[in-house]
Amino acid sequence: MPLRLTDDFKAKAARVCAAYPRKDAALIPLLQELQREKGYVAEEAMDALAAFLELPYARVKAVVTFYTMFNRAPVGKYHLQVCRNISCHMAGAPGLLARLREKLGISEGETTRDGLFTLSSVECLGACGSAPVLQVNEHYFEKMDERTLDALLDDMRHGRLRAADF
Amino acid sequence: MENILLKDKVASLEGYFAAGGYRALKKALAMKPADVTAEVKASGLRGRGGAGFPAGLKWSFIPKDAQGPRYLVCNADEGEPGTFKDRELLLRNPHALIEGMVIAGWAIGAQTGYIYIRGEFAAEARLLERELFAARAKGFVGRNVLGSGFDFELFVHRGAGAYICGEETALLESLEGFKGQPRLKPPFPAVKGLFGAPTVINNVETLAAVPAIIDKGGAWYASMGTPKSAGTKLFCVSGPVNKPGVYELPLGVPFRELLEKHCGGMKEGKKLKAVLPGGSSTPVLTAAEAMAVALDYEALAAAGSMLGSGAVIIIDESQCMVKLLQVLARFYHHESCGQCTPCREGCGWIEKLLNRLEAGKGSGRDIDTLYSAADAMLGRTICPLADAMAMPAMSFVKKFRGEFEAHAAGKCCGPDGGAR
Repeated sequence: MPLRLTDDFKAKAARVCAAYPRKDAALIPLLQELQREKGYVAEEAMDALAAFLELPYARVKAVVTFYTMFNRAPVGKYHLQVCRNISCHMAGAPGLLARLREKLGISEGETTRDGLFTLSSVECLGACGSAPVLQVNEHYFEKMDERTLDALLDDMRHGRLRAADF
Repeated sequence: MENILLKDKVASLEGYFAAGGYRALKKALAMKPADVTAEVKASGLRGRGGAGFPAGLKWSFIPKDAQGPRYLVCNADEGEPGTFKDRELLLRNPHALIEGMVIAGWAIGAQTGYIYIRGEFAAEARLLERELFAARAKGFVGRNVLGSGFDFELFVHRGAGAYICGEETALLESLEGFKGQPRLKPPFPAVKGLFGAPTVINNVETLAAVPAIIDKGGAWYASMGTPKSAGTKLFCVSGPVNKPGVYELPLGVPFRELLEKHCGGMKEGKKLKAVLPGGSSTPVLTAAEAMAVALDYEALAAAGSMLGSGAVIIIDESQCMVKLLQVLARFYHHESCGQCTPCREGCGWIEKLLNRLEAGKGSGRDIDTLYSAADAMLGRTICPLADAMAMPAMSFVKKFRGEFEAHAAGKCCGPDGGAR
């Protein structure tokens, strides 16, 4: 079913476009806005945005598939993203990732059946001084170890984290 | 020495203003734009993102007679593995960046600026928006800055996850709403940059140093550091040291001093094995080489490496160099934008060879193939991402060949320490 962009979205889009001399420069910020609303960027959303910005669908698709932060399918309530780059690697990231795989019963790129967790490994998050780093949705959790990881999972499972943090 | 960038109690506009903030902006607006650029040239300030190009010189490349809009872009797409200084700077001293950008905008004749911040830095982007709002309300940003008649609008633009967008022309492509694929130079951004207009792109740390330079003078700034590497630099230290973190120190500080005095030495008696002195893209130094080197542009170049972004990655004896290079190769392969064949294919080959060596299925020939594949990538692509893969790859093999050979013979040296 084609997606209808809401009036609210269009009003926001007008404000975003005003920051640039060409409205197609707003493509990425507007994709981010669509992802914020739905948690991912669906094919229909790409179609609708292409029409809205008067761009070819291919341009929108190319951008969505180029950047790693765009989800093209729904993700869990908590998107666990473990940094796997050099400083986090040395600080124990492989162990964290293995523990998450084991405790959640999923591999990278998968979501738990209850829709609570999606697991990903990501590249350098730019917080190497407090490695290893885990990003949950938009929030960083730093200097992680098995104990803090278990406590965090527990908090998320029992809804003890404030939604505002995410 | 007093810190210029990392200061306490300046995170809010009130605190920054009370510490003399925005005084430099007032002073700059009373100067001719060319004189502001001349002051920055005199300071010897060089690009802090990695390339080390003189900042004032970069500003002066904007054609004098250029008609139409000009742009100033701040590169806050901090992504070089090991680098976390811009994040710290944004959190602790955001107005140094904002003031630096308005001054730079005045110097180059730009009325619009963008701060391109990596998408993952959500909290930092929100903080910037909030502080920009406060600065706008006080007349430091926006129309008729401080009653001078100069208009300067500043926008925060969030990236969406792509290491390559830290390369300045890829960043421009991304800012225009395209895939972040670097542009062929020339034309350079100073002539044809954002939206085809003359553009200056500077790193967060570079722009944040500008207010102090205008306030206290280029000569004052140049008196710190070394003659060719002026001023202070943010060094971000990660790895097994007692106190990892960001340290603001004059350029030319000995690595030994950074490690032993500032970072409290190696953690739990671990032994230093190697150092990536300027981020994961710079050639590796052995412990002996690192302990003898000073951290500035020239000294690190003379030692066969680079200052890069100032990301000092400490590697201890328990780490396996083959494994670490595999981690880096996976990263560069993942981040190659794919437009140049040597990079797209080369990063993949190197990763595959390392996967084979790590799995104990490699041979001595794989080591030579890895080295020659890296050599064939150097200098043959539009942007330096291929070099960023090749430089660590070649230096790892050259300086730690024994570990690679042990893998080819079916033995892994670590991180557990024993053979497989």
